[in-house]
Amino acid sequence: MTQPLAPPPKKNPARRTPVPTLPPAIRSRAALGLALAAAQGRFQLQTCTDCGAVQYPPRDACHRCLSTALVWQDQPRGAQLLAETTIHASPDPYFRERLPWRAGTVQLDAGPVALAHIHGDVARGARTRTALMLDRAGQGVLVALPEQETPHMQDDPALRAMGTHPSHRRILITDARAPEAPALTRALLDAGAAHVFLGLAERWRPFPAQPTLEAMKNVTLHPLDVTDADSVIDLAGSIGGKVDILINNARHIRPGGVITGTIHDASDALQKGALGLMRLAHAFGPALSARGADGVNSAAAWVTVLPAQSLAHDPGFAASTAAGAATRALSLSLRAELRAGGIRVLHVHAGPIDDDWHQPLPPPKLAPNALARAIVQGLEQGLEEVHAGDVARDIAERFAQNPALLAREMEGGA
Amino acid sequence: MTPLATLTEALASGRVRVIDLTHTLDPDFPVIVLPAEFGQCARFRMDEVSAYDHRGPAWKWHNLSMSEHTGTHFDAPIHWVTGRDVAKGSTDAIDPAAFVGPVCVIDCAQGAAENEDFILEPAHIAAWEAEHGPIPPGAWVLMRTDWSHRHGAAYLNLKDDGAHSPGPSPAAIRALLARGITGFGTECVGTDAGQAAHFDPPYPAHALLHGAGKYGLQCLRNLDQLPPRGAVLICPPLKIKGGTGSPLRVLALVEETP
Amino acid sequence: MARQGYDGVVLAAPFTEPYTRFSNETAHWWIARALRGSLRAAGLTPRDIDGFAVASFTLFPDTPVALTQHLGLSPRWLDSVPMGGASGIVALRRAARAVQAGDAEIVACVAGDTNPIDGFRKLLSAFSRFSLDASYPYGYGGPNASFALLMDRYMTEYGASRADFGHIAIAQRDNALRNPHALMKKPLSLDDYLTARPIAEPIALYDCVMPCAGAEAFLVMSEDRARALNLPFARISGTIERHNAFADDPIQLRGGWAVDVDELWQMAGMGPPDMDLVQTYDDYPVISALQFEDLGFCPKGEGAAFLAARDLTITGDLPHNTSGGQLSAGQAGAAGGFIGLTEAIRQVTRTAGPTQVADAARALVSGFGMINFDRGLCSAACVLEAPS
Repeated sequence: MTQPLAPPPKKNPARRTPVPTLPPAIRSRAALGLALAAAQGRFQLQTCTDCGAVQYPPRDACHRCLSTALVWQDQPRGAQLLAETTIHASPDPYFRERLPWRAGTVQLDAGPVALAHIHGDVARGARTRTALMLDRAGQGVLVALPEQETPHMQDDPALRAMGTHPSHRRILITDARAPEAPALTRALLDAGAAHVFLGLAERWRPFPAQPTLEAMKNVTLHPLDVTDADSVIDLAGSIGGKVDILINNARHIRPGGVITGTIHDASDALQKGALGLMRLAHAFGPALSARGADGVNSAAAWVTVLPAQSLAHDPGFAASTAAGAATRALSLSLRAELRAGGIRVLHVHAGPIDDDWHQPLPPPKLAPNALARAIVQGLEQGLEEVHAGDVARDIAERFAQNPALLAREMEGGA
Repeated sequence: MTPLATLTEALASGRVRVIDLTHTLDPDFPVIVLPAEFGQCARFRMDEVSAYDHRGPAWKWHNLSMSEHTGTHFDAPIHWVTGRDVAKGSTDAIDPAAFVGPVCVIDCAQGAAENEDFILEPAHIAAWEAEHGPIPPGAWVLMRTDWSHRHGAAYLNLKDDGAHSPGPSPAAIRALLARGITGFGTECVGTDAGQAAHFDPPYPAHALLHGAGKYGLQCLRNLDQLPPRGAVLICPPLKIKGGTGSPLRVLALVEETP
Repeated sequence: MARQGYDGVVLAAPFTEPYTRFSNETAHWWIARALRGSLRAAGLTPRDIDGFAVASFTLFPDTPVALTQHLGLSPRWLDSVPMGGASGIVALRRAARAVQAGDAEIVACVAGDTNPIDGFRKLLSAFSRFSLDASYPYGYGGPNASFALLMDRYMTEYGASRADFGHIAIAQRDNALRNPHALMKKPLSLDDYLTARPIAEPIALYDCVMPCAGAEAFLVMSEDRARALNLPFARISGTIERHNAFADDPIQLRGGWAVDVDELWQMAGMGPPDMDLVQTYDDYPVISALQFEDLGFCPKGEGAAFLAARDLTITGDLPHNTSGGQLSAGQAGAAGGFIGLTEAIRQVTRTAGPTQVADAARALVSGFGMINFDRGLCSAACVLEAPS
């Protein structure tokens, strides 16, 4: 049985914050496919298109027929635990700090035998459900989970070490005015977040949700305008050392094409999206990176909320999606920079949300509640890529199949 | 003594005091909010270029961005469609003599305290003149409401049916124009009242003043430190090519009563 | 067609450069020391060898090619043997065929590795692509956890106990106490073994080898040349080699020896009971048990019990790993693939000194190497015999 995590005690200010160490991060090019699948919460292994043999570890040629036509395909998740060990000594600094560590050999229903991290609730020799998850280094690793959910299973030391679960963590949502902010706040608290900070820009403008949010326990509103460097620096100076997860949901969505749209909206979209991300990264990034191993409520994740069309473009929202694409590119670089601190960067691609700016568009549209749920689930599962809503999933699928074709298809809008 | 020598002597002795009528340019200072589908007024922004560091070891400086109509600012005639054909109607072309002149302050503070939609009417102007004498031609007229004491949301005072803040009626603007004023200024975010969209014509301070080639000042403060008349206003906007307005430092020279 | 035997080819001049726990010297230094020691023992100079086989993990960025220039050698036959714990026997097999065919007259086979501080972790962290991708990221401090899984499965499958494996480790420590160069100097009791701190359950401290620096060397030449040099020598009665055997076994409970064991004894014209001593590859006691099974000493699954019933010390009924083996003398990288072979040559040439088994004439040497992912891929064995 997993012991539920206790809320962390107040930090001893005289102690040095542990420097984050990472599990081994070097992989072959083929093995990066594990991370790609894990980033989306999928369980995929290479399959030979010629003979059908499933491969593990990842290869460049089929171990059965020497074909080089190997493709990543979803696989059954079941497995049998064949042998296990509890590691008490390791030359690797990351594991040394986390001993004892349980690991084992699993016979995958998909075919191959693999080494895996073993969840504490998996009994000796038991059937397990295998997941591909991202570890602190951002690499895809196999984890053997109990076949059925067990109480507090997310508190297992191995899962906590590699995951980004909101429980016991303090979370900053950068834009309280975004349509999903109230639902997201509630969902984070329901997931066990210790505190939610909400950034509120332009307090001189009406904000109808303010009384509701201010009445919630463990929720505070703070002046924050991501287009204003000083405001970002001021807030980081105040709470930067206790933001464990930063959810940057600030984005500027306006209709308009390249000819019909305005430079002004394009500028606002870039200021709020791309450059806002940079301002936040400048101010909050160093403390996040430094706190990647800071106990139960270590810093864990940075979430970037993007328009789903950022993977391509949308002539109806040209500047907004271009800014989204720029934000995504910056966020991908940020992902590489935060990796060293063990901080995961989660991209949440949001389909057209049911708000004023998408009012004339036909359904399906994404309810703010659904976006909030998708963000929290992404954090709970430790993902890097979440596509929220039917439109976002459709765009992602088409992007994966053929980006050029998607671009052509997007000429008519999402 | 020459007039200027007298002035400098009075400034040195403190008999003439300089009053700052300007708000600090601050990223968090409210700007006018238009319906969302229109282009919006840019907020004041400062981006640090260097601060005695690797970006510039011995100096600190910022790049600024803002609207012409951010913070305490000046409205030129070409700001409004009615003034688009006014000769020398942009900030770079306006005769600089207009930037220095006598200033009359009409105290509407009590009215604005009682009614956030307080409207300046010709009757208020007439009452002021009855007490202080006629408004001289070429004067700047400022409407004191103490609205600058408000902060944050109370300053714009936005509600579902728009902003609620004091301003002049069309008739009041016509009355001021009839007296040959140079410009009109307020403590609110605009020269017009919050609900002025419903006036005829809408936004009379903008439509009538600028159509007549006159100027506006808004987001003023410290009007409570000015006498009703007798002070001198100094309000030169930046010399922006084709500028429709400009953030600026607004000063007033006030004689100390001995 | 039956494989050709190794008649007329012999092994001589075994040399062990004493191991050290850590070393600031390079693999080049260690290999040079062992090569020089072996040549001196044979009364030869570097110019006298025309074949050179090298096994090392820590030569990077060099290869044996670079070593020829570094060490001033000009061989006409050069081999790099990247087979870890099987490298001694594999080098022997290649060199013997070269000598037999006349491609070389005297082949020096050398293995050596250094062990700087933190060197072992660096070696493990980039050992192989599959280990990079699929084992090292799981907390596997090298092979410890891989063999813990094997041992866990072996114990479950065959009912062996930790005490059974302790018997192997304790006997080797006894042997090591006679070897002045062994790194382990203190006696080991069953209680010490059973109560040692866990490393990766069920593996505990005394199941593990101590990584160290060291080097081993021997010479391969014709029997005529050995006689002309007046060198004691050992004959090669039979050898086998196999890689990636039983790939479909979910966990390695048998090695490649089981594929070729009949051929080994057939070629040697002998059987397990004829052996005066056995040198297995002992990175963990459970692996030694596996080798006794796969090489025909007892049925599969009975290795631990078979060994528990025997005295494995130098004076016992089945002397095993007489120098103390890697468990008690140390694991000097690729030299761990030579340690049993050089000791066996000394034993059958009666030059083993303090570890000498009385009347040793026939020895079985077994090698096992390269945990590429979840199992050792290389297995090899040879039977050595003293000239009658």
